[in-house]
Amino acid sequence: MSRDRTPRTLALILLALLVSGQFLPQWTLFLVTVALAKGLVVLGLMILLRCGLVSFGQALYYCIGAYAAGMLGRLFGASDVFTLMLAGMAAAGLVGFVLGFLLARYRSIFFGLLSLAVSMILYGLLVKTEALGSTDGFHVLPSTLFGLRPADAWVRYTVLAVALLVAFIAALLVHRYLGTPLGRLASAIKDNEIRVEYMGASARHAIHVKYVIAAALAGLGGALAATTVGHIDPEMAYWTTSGEFIFITILAGTGNVIAPFLGALVFGVIQTVAFGISPNTWQMVLGGSLLVVIVFLPNGLWSLFRGRKAA
Amino acid sequence: MKIVNVTHGSFYALGAYAAASITGALLARGMPPSLSYAVLLGSALLVSVIVAPLIERGILRFMYAKDEVVILLITYALFLILEDVIKMIWGVNPYFIAEPYGLLGSFDVLDLTYPYYNLILVGVAIACGAGLAWMLGSTRTGKLLVAVIHDTEVSRAMGINVDRMYLYTFTFGSLLAAIGGAFTAPTVSVVPALGVEVIVLSFAVVVIGGLGSLPGAALGAVMVGLVRSAAIHYLPQAELFVIYLVMAMVLAFRPRGLFSIAEARKI
Amino acid sequence: MYFVDRLVIAMTAAAFAPAASLAQEAPLKIGVVTFLSGPAASPFGVPARNAAEIMVEMLNGTKVPAPYAARGFGGAALQMQLVDESGPATTQVTEFRNLAQRDNVDMVIGYVSSGNCLAVAPVAEELKKLTVFFDCGTPRIFEEKSYKYVFRTASTATMDSVGAALYVKELKAGKIKSIAGVNQNYAWGQDSWVDFEASMKQLTPGVQVATSQMPKLFAGQYNAEISTVLGAKADVVHSSFWDGDLEAFILQAGPRGLFKRSTVILTTGETAMYKLAEHIPDGVVIGARGPYGPYAPDNELNRWFSKTFADRYGVPPNYAAYQMAQAILGTKAAWEKAQSANGGNRPSTDQAIAAFERLTFESPAGKVEMVIGAGHQAITETAYGVSKLVKGKMTVANVKRYPATMVNPPDGVKAADWIANGFKK
Repeated sequence: MSRDRTPRTLALILLALLVSGQFLPQWTLFLVTVALAKGLVVLGLMILLRCGLVSFGQALYYCIGAYAAGMLGRLFGASDVFTLMLAGMAAAGLVGFVLGFLLARYRSIFFGLLSLAVSMILYGLLVKTEALGSTDGFHVLPSTLFGLRPADAWVRYTVLAVALLVAFIAALLVHRYLGTPLGRLASAIKDNEIRVEYMGASARHAIHVKYVIAAALAGLGGALAATTVGHIDPEMAYWTTSGEFIFITILAGTGNVIAPFLGALVFGVIQTVAFGISPNTWQMVLGGSLLVVIVFLPNGLWSLFRGRKAA
Repeated sequence: MKIVNVTHGSFYALGAYAAASITGALLARGMPPSLSYAVLLGSALLVSVIVAPLIERGILRFMYAKDEVVILLITYALFLILEDVIKMIWGVNPYFIAEPYGLLGSFDVLDLTYPYYNLILVGVAIACGAGLAWMLGSTRTGKLLVAVIHDTEVSRAMGINVDRMYLYTFTFGSLLAAIGGAFTAPTVSVVPALGVEVIVLSFAVVVIGGLGSLPGAALGAVMVGLVRSAAIHYLPQAELFVIYLVMAMVLAFRPRGLFSIAEARKI
Repeated sequence: MYFVDRLVIAMTAAAFAPAASLAQEAPLKIGVVTFLSGPAASPFGVPARNAAEIMVEMLNGTKVPAPYAARGFGGAALQMQLVDESGPATTQVTEFRNLAQRDNVDMVIGYVSSGNCLAVAPVAEELKKLTVFFDCGTPRIFEEKSYKYVFRTASTATMDSVGAALYVKELKAGKIKSIAGVNQNYAWGQDSWVDFEASMKQLTPGVQVATSQMPKLFAGQYNAEISTVLGAKADVVHSSFWDGDLEAFILQAGPRGLFKRSTVILTTGETAMYKLAEHIPDGVVIGARGPYGPYAPDNELNRWFSKTFADRYGVPPNYAAYQMAQAILGTKAAWEKAQSANGGNRPSTDQAIAAFERLTFESPAGKVEMVIGAGHQAITETAYGVSKLVKGKMTVANVKRYPATMVNPPDGVKAADWIANGFKK
């Protein structure tokens, strides 16, 4: 492989979106911001998928991140967008660290279903907690940037800019991490764990680390989603939410750290288009497009760009 | 087949819809209600024999080489599509066939009344389980099936028609799901999204029991039922997640479920 | 990185896309949001969509009786844009923004789910888009915050629970020692039960709660819950189940004798009463979330609406259909009031809102008064009755009507406080 072009591409996209964002209609800003939030979660899933692990319960951390951010605002009146995101990330990372001791022992379908079980327990608890609005959830206060609240017309753009910046940093760090020896262990673990152990590396340790990273990213995404959407509810922890994240992961492919964000954006567009043109059969459109991607682009949307680069 | 099949939920719903509409139509044309139990079974057979081969031959058989997770997602995509197909065929209005449920009357245990239909459900479940066990253990097809699942390549080398085995397995599995749906139909209102809840619940049951283990699945189902009823009586607050709690506990101590099958690790 | 360039070009093009020009005769675009898939589609979403389609078509064709005979809203034809309400709150907020900012609808009418209403209300406020909720029940919306752009033309769920308590007390002549509940484990079920329990404790002091069952939403199987409730032998069993769950509950509870052992209240029973006519024994208390369906008054508007609807769709309109018609007519009334105040010109959103606040209008269900929630929340009368099969047709008997102020809290008082203080006016 020639020079690593990913950081440059990332910076280019960041710049392009920061500039064009000022001229885009408001609704696209929101669409892109939500896609970035989901992209962060998917970025974490991608790390796990690289070593062959699929978490059917990533919504757990997405929800923890969102509720951490929401409760910080509700209980302490914190509204700084970076504080909220850090809180979401820290809360999810911490839970991920603790649960990781258990989950890092599991593989294949058992890993997936155990993580699903944990997220459903959180869902059950939240539904029962009337102080947090039960299934209706609660409203998240509008966030501020360094104590300032941007003018109405610029709120969406500011949130988008913050999201872009955060996603950029996260993608860059993950890209770096995937290049380290620990990061490169992923595909080895996927292929044959016993050989990894014979080489003297600890697969369980490596998976634990990846699990915590994925949890923290999901928490970050959840907090971002909470501040963007302005409302959180227990459905964020429900298994259908996890399913959506896996959907995007497969749609995107695991080729590059840009893929998750691209996948999330494409998913958002497909969904909203399907909602618009066929409100009665959008599930069919969604399922159909997933099938098409799996059949014709087995490595996800990302293979489109890789293929072109090689040509 | 090592497939975690989400379309199972669709077959459950299809079975329920077919049973409700066919039985309903026949009853309206004057069929004696006592025949309705056979019609329930027949409708389940009908939908699974038509739809399952269509899906297996048309789509799934090209996908077996893919990753387990990708196959799961393919079945999820099919599930989404089937949800809308069901809506197109049957509409969104609910279907009812309560006749088979009320027909047999009810009996009292202590202070509580139960309909006899619940006993029929238990009977059907036991019959299906026993039938499956007999088929896998004592018939030629069943034994071939087990061989194919254990090692596809060797089976193919031994001259087993693996494609046909896959078709049989998928159709038969779908049939069981459709029977489940068909016999539940009289006790519920058959509405869209019927299959969504069932699928996650049955994953939980299967994981608790141990993947691919028949006694495990039976034990898992009984455990889930008992734990849920106990929660409803003594701790209604926990009812929502108690099944997942049990699943997490079982996996924490028996990482591959209660009746796990030992699997060789390939070096 | 070709796609980067492509993306930039595409987005820049989108940014400079021309805005739709606004002519005087231009039709009014209304976003209509309701469930088109999932379990809530059949009982609420689709009847509501059907009602919206009929209303838009009939208003455009000036076929609606007085006082709504004018074409569309104030002469401008209506154009409906339909959106599915399914999916998590994130999706709904996204779709609301799309409606408001991409499709430039003039107003949004919709939302069945309380969670979606709570999520959408602040966004409507942010985007300054007139938004009318037609069905969702939670009283929290206007209790926790005040909104300028958001209205709700149906009463809150509090009315259903208070009305049920008043009715059952009268029905049983006060002889109620214990009550039990079977409600779905989510906000609607929890709130309904809490309000009912509190009202019963006010109305019949000393009443015991035998058991409160909260099965999972859409569980479909209630044998264990029914056993527990049967064993509890309560005088009154309250359930706010709806749709598939309600129907499954009726089908499963009937053969097990629950309706014989206790007086059962089904607060949304109206959506199931025609479909399950032969499975509901006589004497079950049936609610319709207000004076809708069998409880609707006998006036010209109602006769016209129920006939038009039944002729087109083959079934009588249920309460969701009534509530949708009510929301559209209420908005029309406000719009036209604003238009005449504006010298016959198309009113601005702010003018429409000023006209909507504290408005009183007629709907197929009678008089609707937007008097609580600082003039943004409607109150209506309500009615309850018991099921009675007459010649194979389900009807309601022993109907009692409760005036709006008797079953709704006064303006500025939270529903829970109002009940706890003995329904003080």
